[in-house]
Amino acid sequence: MAVQALDAARLPVDWAKLVQKLALATALFVVAYGVVPAYASGYLVEAILLPFLALSLAAVGLNLLTGYCGQLSLGSSAFMAVGAFGAYNFNLRVEGLPLAVTMILAGISAAGFGVVFGLPSLRLRGFYLAVSTLAAQFFVQWALTKFGWFSNDNPSGVISAPHLAVAGLSLDSATGRYLLSVTTVMVLTALVWRLVNSATGRNFIAVRDNETAARVIGVPVLRTKLLAFAISSFIIGIAGVLWAFTYLRTVEPAGFNLDRSFQILFIIIIGGLASIRGAFWVRRSSLSSRSFCPGSAHSCSAACSIRAFST
Amino acid sequence: MTFFSHLRKAAIATAFVLGATAVHAEEQYFPLQSYRVGPYAAGGTGFFGGFIDYLNLINIRDGGVNGAKLAWSEGETQYEVEKGVEVYERLKSNPGIAAWNPLSVGIAYAMIDRITDDKVPLITINHGRTDTTDGRVFPYVFPLLLNPYSETSGIVNYIASKEGGLDKLKGKNIVVLYHGSPYGKETIPIYELLSQKYGFELSQIEVPHPGNEQQAQWLTIRREHPDYVVLRGWGVMNPVALKTAQKTGFPADHIIGNVWSNSEEDVIPAGDAAKGYTAITTQASGERYPVVQEIVKTVYGDGKGNLEDNSRIGSVYHNLGIVNGILNVEAVRIAQAKFGNRTLTGDEVRWGFEHLKLDPARVEALGAKDLFHSINVSWDNHEGDGYVTFQQWDGKKWNVVSDWIAPDWKLLRPIIEKSSEAYAKEKGIKIRTAEDADAVVSN
Repeated sequence: MAVQALDAARLPVDWAKLVQKLALATALFVVAYGVVPAYASGYLVEAILLPFLALSLAAVGLNLLTGYCGQLSLGSSAFMAVGAFGAYNFNLRVEGLPLAVTMILAGISAAGFGVVFGLPSLRLRGFYLAVSTLAAQFFVQWALTKFGWFSNDNPSGVISAPHLAVAGLSLDSATGRYLLSVTTVMVLTALVWRLVNSATGRNFIAVRDNETAARVIGVPVLRTKLLAFAISSFIIGIAGVLWAFTYLRTVEPAGFNLDRSFQILFIIIIGGLASIRGAFWVRRSSLSSRSFCPGSAHSCSAACSIRAFST
Repeated sequence: MTFFSHLRKAAIATAFVLGATAVHAEEQYFPLQSYRVGPYAAGGTGFFGGFIDYLNLINIRDGGVNGAKLAWSEGETQYEVEKGVEVYERLKSNPGIAAWNPLSVGIAYAMIDRITDDKVPLITINHGRTDTTDGRVFPYVFPLLLNPYSETSGIVNYIASKEGGLDKLKGKNIVVLYHGSPYGKETIPIYELLSQKYGFELSQIEVPHPGNEQQAQWLTIRREHPDYVVLRGWGVMNPVALKTAQKTGFPADHIIGNVWSNSEEDVIPAGDAAKGYTAITTQASGERYPVVQEIVKTVYGDGKGNLEDNSRIGSVYHNLGIVNGILNVEAVRIAQAKFGNRTLTGDEVRWGFEHLKLDPARVEALGAKDLFHSINVSWDNHEGDGYVTFQQWDGKKWNVVSDWIAPDWKLLRPIIEKSSEAYAKEKGIKIRTAEDADAVVSN
């Protein structure tokens, strides 16, 4: 009821703003699909853009859960790991599965996993929830290390990415992997954008701001929280697939450690909780300063300039 | 006046450019994904120090390899995969790349696809992915001298020789304490196989990276009462293991270190707890070998030595870096003999590695007699049948306590082939033949 009232109270369309947004979106498309594939160096794509896209997507996913729905999670890299290993196994064990289906299935496995580890959120809040999501982090790493089946019995537990192809078109080159990444990220970010502006998105915010009040006005708190966990984990799972398949091309369970979870959490805290744009801005600066600074004065200065620009 | 000064500047600049191009006409480049900070800095500084020292020796003493100067640059990885990939992407556009030497299993795994596309060799001396030994499936990856399975076989053979023969292993209890990384886990199946074959009891215990807390693991070991503990450590994990062993009362002379637990940096911090500790090695430590002496005289005498602490000259990692330098440089030299004395392509250097045969006489001519035994790489055997020896720490230095021992290659080869063929099937790789190996891309 309250939600419908909000919908009815929508402001009249601001045309100038809409045109501005449209122009921005067009510019983004031209850069992402025209300028970058044509002019970007291999280094820029392989070492900067691919990790940037994967972690930004993970941050968008976590932002849905933490920023919009108010559920603190420290298990992000575990969900990434589920996605990455899920995609690897679906691809390995089901002959001829299309890449898109593999990715969606991997996302769904991560979502299912997220729901299970989201159950404590029905009783726990704040720090206590954060600690219980830590369990996901350690459980996943333990399970992936313990059971060789997940890594196809590779002795050192490292998986390597399969060939990437969509409709017979190989995407193994740097540009191909970039296009796959950027398309996935754009589609999912657009969906998230839609979602947070929908009734469900407002339910998320209602639960975050005051759970009791939300319950009183008829928001199904239980369902909303689990839905937030499911969708968030789905997106983070797909981010894990991008990280493993398009960026590193190989992944070991230890690569998805607690550090990575913190990294994603800090991205959304610094970029702004409940801000989709923030996920992208901060990832850019944290990428060059935190991860890649040592031994490279070049990327240091880049980080500083980006940081100055974004603040 | 101004005109003449401009003219003079232009003339100098032209001379400089011409001179520079003349000097650097032929240049072979080594991109180094080194690590000089972080938990594994001791290994990184020693190894890359030795490698660079040897390249410097070749440049100063011989003016390069048959006139081709050796060049290199470094990128810091801190032993982390993401940073290793970043450095790879940054350095790979440099011309004349001879080979990559990341000294990290994790980084090497991430590079296999990439360097195979680039057609440039990837050297993982004494470590790496075991099945890359099979050159039929991995044309560009070389776990030179000693792959992890050979190392395992060497260690088990050594324990057997201490007990009086392989048949005496039956009923013995061996614990393997391994580093929680791809490197550490690599040997899990082969220890299990050897335990079934020889009938010794086995338990394998993981120490999470980086390994500075091992109380729980050593209490488990104390409960097990093993006859031997094999330490498959790396970096800070090793001295902590030795100290914790002493605390829990396990004798150091029944701990056998693997090839990444065998350096001065592993035992000196452990102090007395390390006395009597024995470890496997492919290259002896010490300064007495002619090639090390020449490096001291020529490179360090010239003020170009790479180690900051001269007392580390001749240490295990430094000598390993020197041996790695010898193998890389000799591969270039062998490839030059076939393709001409010029800057070679990565694929030509790959051919050089696949014909890298250094018998004991050639090793002696290189000034490395007793430093390492020999190597015999072929197109399908990328390890090259390295020999191992064992050294014991007396509190001050390592003393060799065994002959050169050959691992049981015949036993290991079928396991390696099974694994590499499974990989080929999974990735859709066509298995290479000897003719494929002779086809070389020269531009």
